[in-house]
Amino acid sequence: MATEIEKGQDIPKIVQTLVQNHGDEKAELIPILQEINREMGYISDEAIKELSERMNLPSSHIYSVATFYRMLSTEPRGRHVIQFCESAPCHVAGGRLVWQRMLRELGLEKGETSQDNKWTLLTTSCLGLCGVGPVMIIDNDIYGNVTPEQVPGILSNYE
Amino acid sequence: MKTTRSMVLVSSDPESLDRGALDVFSTLQKQITKFGLEEEIALSMITDISKHAMSPLVLVYPDAVIYGPVTTDDVPMIVEEHLYKGRVVEEKQISAYDLSGRVAWLSSRKGTMPAENRIVLKNVGLIDPENIDEYIINDGYEGLGTVLKEMTPSETIQVIKNSGLQGRGGAGFPTGLKWQFVNGAKGNKKYVICNADESEPGTFKDRLVLEGDPHAIIEAMSIGAYAVDADEGYVYIRGEYDLAISRMKKAIQQAREYNLLGENIFGTDFSFDIHIHAGAGAYICGEETALIESIEGNRGEPRPRPPYPTTAGLWQKPTLVNNVETLANIPAIIRNGAEWYKSIGTPSSPGTKVYTVLGNVNVTGLIEVPMGITLREVISIYAKGMKGGTNFKLAQTGGSSGSIIPASLQDTPMDFDSYNKAGVSLGSGALLICNEDVCVVDLAKVLLNFFRFESCGKCNPCRIGTKRAYDTLVNISEGVGTLQDLKDLQMMSDQLYELSNCGLGQTAGSPLKDILAHFRAEVEAHVKLKVCPAGVCPMSGQREYKIF
Repeated sequence: MATEIEKGQDIPKIVQTLVQNHGDEKAELIPILQEINREMGYISDEAIKELSERMNLPSSHIYSVATFYRMLSTEPRGRHVIQFCESAPCHVAGGRLVWQRMLRELGLEKGETSQDNKWTLLTTSCLGLCGVGPVMIIDNDIYGNVTPEQVPGILSNYE
Repeated sequence: MKTTRSMVLVSSDPESLDRGALDVFSTLQKQITKFGLEEEIALSMITDISKHAMSPLVLVYPDAVIYGPVTTDDVPMIVEEHLYKGRVVEEKQISAYDLSGRVAWLSSRKGTMPAENRIVLKNVGLIDPENIDEYIINDGYEGLGTVLKEMTPSETIQVIKNSGLQGRGGAGFPTGLKWQFVNGAKGNKKYVICNADESEPGTFKDRLVLEGDPHAIIEAMSIGAYAVDADEGYVYIRGEYDLAISRMKKAIQQAREYNLLGENIFGTDFSFDIHIHAGAGAYICGEETALIESIEGNRGEPRPRPPYPTTAGLWQKPTLVNNVETLANIPAIIRNGAEWYKSIGTPSSPGTKVYTVLGNVNVTGLIEVPMGITLREVISIYAKGMKGGTNFKLAQTGGSSGSIIPASLQDTPMDFDSYNKAGVSLGSGALLICNEDVCVVDLAKVLLNFFRFESCGKCNPCRIGTKRAYDTLVNISEGVGTLQDLKDLQMMSDQLYELSNCGLGQTAGSPLKDILAHFRAEVEAHVKLKVCPAGVCPMSGQREYKIF
């Protein structure tokens, strides 16, 4: 998710390999998009165009699918993606105060990416880790029972 | 989870308080500590018992013995004789005969101290989920063998029907009936889907089953496939559940190696294989027709129903869609029989239910208990009471599409039937327990924000209704709400229910309905007095959203 996009990465080649591995049936569209998202950090217009030709699907359909699902992004994201759970169990367990601290520490609003491209701050619906709420995920690291005081320390773990 | 041996309740209605119930309570507390029983006995206050002449009352559970009227002088004897030595103090005991409501209910279940009863979670945490042999040693795949060798598909369906198993995804539809529909549907190709897109806020029971006992799902899907004559299955797992996905993949691989999936299983004519589809992050895909759209490579937008998936599901073929927890019951029902299953739980809702207990309680986590247990029991026994001795205000069941249950319903048995009669819903099994620090307007705001975000946008009532309701709640929480807003919220709740295409929109308004029905005074305080009684809402006086 937080992989940086390398310049000059050969998008047509990546897409071609994925379509070869998965097959070009429509049912494989979402698994392929997930892999593109993982490999490249987001799903670029170029990838959508390439995929449209290889899978024989309208690019409008691919775009509509790519924008529907929360785990897929059509926008570039920062080096580190923070997903903060905003569902009721985490909220009741004290998530509101942690979120306020997070906004203050990062100086970002919900959904924004920082100017230095370091952070993208997202909220998410329940992550199924409610036993240890409030919960947030940074890249692939899960943090539970987070208190407002812990926020600066957690953020300092990331370069 | 650790459980307590006994539960002691002290009545706290006005008469009881007037006659010293609080002193009785604190003396009980001291005496229980004196005998070192504080770990074993849960002590809490109970509100209206409606036997005021005998108050204050002390109830000892599971024996269902009622003492009254109890003074502080009686307490040492009750604790020493009954709680410590186990002998009922007969001279203080009163009959439960003319008691009504919750006490009658408690008494009628004498001796049934609800211990955890694990069917769904039987193996979870006890076996190595990545080793098929451990599952097989624990009676695994025995049910599938029995079905394939000794039973016809219609006999299999009959067993599930007789067991009374109801879908555990939230709606409570009879599972056997669903199997029968798919079995009877015309078509030469049928599918079985396991709905593991668990996204209800506060629910993570399915994740633990998938992570802890994946072969139970494979076995159950195979039994279902045999019963409805399907040869292909999908497990739709939500994309965030990495560990569950990898464990399931491994389990399917092992089952294929043992020829428990594939061609001619157990040497019979029956062939069946399972694919995994990982979700990509959309709550709505837990709705079965949206889930099917998603497998087909589309946006997860629910289809109009009918036709139901049982006749036209995946690629328009008859499809059986069952939730993880529902499926996890199947192998045990086949092994032990329908009568065994019916002996657990309540007559109208047999079996167990897995709950995730969350919120302002001392112990959070997962429990599996017989249907028909009460919220009070869950809080006192399994959650070890409210955090910091705070008061129970409400519980939110079943994730966001559940109900807000006020304290007055905490003695209603938790089963599909009783909850329906009380006008609330059991939902998917999350129990978010809230104390008085939680503001109902704030809670409803969080819930509606969730629906607003997760609405797929296909139908207008849901897309616009959730947004409008959220904006209205924000304004109320900012102290600029009006009485008209309350009427609007009620109307939006009704319209969401009546006009939305799928379950998401239909239930999105239930928090609105619930807070207006049970906590109207608190909501009105925000509007009339511009005060948030719980001190949570910002009440800035600034209008955040303009409503035309």
